[in-house]
Amino acid sequence: MTGNAASSTPFIEIQNVSKYFGDFAAVDSVSLTIGKGELFSILGASGCGKTTLLRILAGFETPSKGRILIDGVDITELPPYERPVNMMFQSYAVFPHMTVEKNVAYGLEKEGIPRVEIKRRVGEMLNMVQLDTFAARKPHQLSGGQRQRVALARALVKRPKVLLLDEPLAALDKKLREHTQFELMGIQYKLGITFVVVTHDQEEAMILSSRIAVMDKGRLIQVGTPKEVYEYPNSRFVADFIGTINMFEGTVVGFDDDSVRVNCKDAGGELVALSDAPPAVGSPVCLAVRPEKIFISKHEPDNTEDTRLAGIVEDLGYFGNLSLYRIRLATGRVVQVSAQNSRRSAERFLEWDDKVFISWRPRSAVLLTD
Amino acid sequence: MKRRSRFILSVLAFGYAFLYVPLASVIFYSFNDSRLATVWGGFSTRWYGELFRNDQVLDSAFLSLRIALTVATLATIFGTMAGMALTRFGRFRGRTLFSGMITSPMVMPEVITGLSLLLLFVSLQQLIGWPAQRGFGTITIAHTTFAMAYVAIIVQSRLSAMDESLEEAAMDLGGRPLRVVFDITLPLIAPAMIAGWLLAFTLSLDDLVISSFVSGPGASTLPMLIFSKVKLGVTPDINALATLIILFVTSGVLIAWWISRRAQRQTG
Repeated sequence: MTGNAASSTPFIEIQNVSKYFGDFAAVDSVSLTIGKGELFSILGASGCGKTTLLRILAGFETPSKGRILIDGVDITELPPYERPVNMMFQSYAVFPHMTVEKNVAYGLEKEGIPRVEIKRRVGEMLNMVQLDTFAARKPHQLSGGQRQRVALARALVKRPKVLLLDEPLAALDKKLREHTQFELMGIQYKLGITFVVVTHDQEEAMILSSRIAVMDKGRLIQVGTPKEVYEYPNSRFVADFIGTINMFEGTVVGFDDDSVRVNCKDAGGELVALSDAPPAVGSPVCLAVRPEKIFISKHEPDNTEDTRLAGIVEDLGYFGNLSLYRIRLATGRVVQVSAQNSRRSAERFLEWDDKVFISWRPRSAVLLTD
Repeated sequence: MKRRSRFILSVLAFGYAFLYVPLASVIFYSFNDSRLATVWGGFSTRWYGELFRNDQVLDSAFLSLRIALTVATLATIFGTMAGMALTRFGRFRGRTLFSGMITSPMVMPEVITGLSLLLLFVSLQQLIGWPAQRGFGTITIAHTTFAMAYVAIIVQSRLSAMDESLEEAAMDLGGRPLRVVFDITLPLIAPAMIAGWLLAFTLSLDDLVISSFVSGPGASTLPMLIFSKVKLGVTPDINALATLIILFVTSGVLIAWWISRRAQRQTG
């Protein structure tokens, strides 16, 4: 998407930020720059420190170390009510004793904006989130999706420099979630406000974001576009956390031109991967292949450059658009393969216990050292 | 099966009888024309009239009301502050001690509370000359100390059930902390505060033991007056007085129940 162009000018600068709760480092020396107009996601399992980082950005937690700059201004010491930042809470936190209109107007009233202008801006914003006919309702008369839009409108009406979203879609059901995803992206595109989203849902992060930061145990593991993070994970953690991947542990045994030969006990021999920075011979590495990068066939493929392994179909699952196979190799290792069901045939292509060959191109495999 | 249900019904009947027959008979005999409290002599409201001509009763009723109103208001203010400190100020040093000390007046025997407060007032008087005499002031202080514990508990439970991100959201939108308390916190805990106020009011109104300890000559609250009059025998005007108090307290409890039920419905 807007990706790299947006990220070139630093707008939010997180400089070496740490947050300790007692001895526990919830956020551990995180440095990060986010560009203006980006839709940036912080992705991680629960307890990885992503919410703490978001709360530091919002001003609800003060970092134990490090500084935070937004648009060149140091906001580390500013209280939440003085930051050019607004947040949409996971619980939405819509004020239950105020009408929709009052909720949205609250932030503007605190700024001391003239009443006429408040009315106009609130009207505009309610219009944008399609809640104009609900202005006089109380939150308990709204559905979850509507409440979320109140929370969004309430934060956006302040025209913040940055909007923080804490698990924005977690509380919605699946259909509404997909719809809201695209709505959020549309609003972000229209207003050009920088969005920082915290989520544990990798699919959500992939679809929404211009860039993703993957966090684990308070540290940043990898930052990149969804494509980079998916196709070029920099560690076993990222490869495993995002999507599904087959990982073969092994040791480097040699090099052929730009390819690395790895001896994997699991695969029953040597596997080949391409690498720009090949590790030394004898070092332990992990060779990882995504299920959709693996081809499956009943006859041995001719292309000798590809990695080829024989196995039997242990299990298969039909998902309509694609099928998932679990292939057991001679070593006992099970490999996951997914294939598009591009042909509509009455018979299944493969059945349980069929003898098959799986293959992949050397450049489909990723070499992981971390 | 049928015998068992009859047994359960009779237990129920006895239970209710023990609770409410005495109250009902007090109300019943308050309309008795006879001078003897337990002999029926025809319907009359004369004891109510007599009650309103009795200066002693009126004075003590007025004193009790004044105390109860002041106590309820003070206890609500302090109790709310204590409840907020317990739920919204994180884990400050001495929090456990504070929370224990807030609730201790609830479990302390009233005799002990009354006695210790009396000793406090007496030694204060010797030290700084205040309180010059015991009465409205001392009773109010004593009642507030135990009534605020109840308010603190009610407010605390309401606050801990309330989503803290509501206050954070208000601050995020530009509300300064004190502003947020008035804009968000207080309106949302108002039902708990009203319930606490009513509870403190009734607690103060019917307290006898602590009042007896800390009051001085010439300052008798209504329960103290009733107790001293009953020592000379139950008279019909006491019945009338008791009936009025029952009416008063019952309506207070009903209002508190109604308010909290309505608040619960609104916030789901």
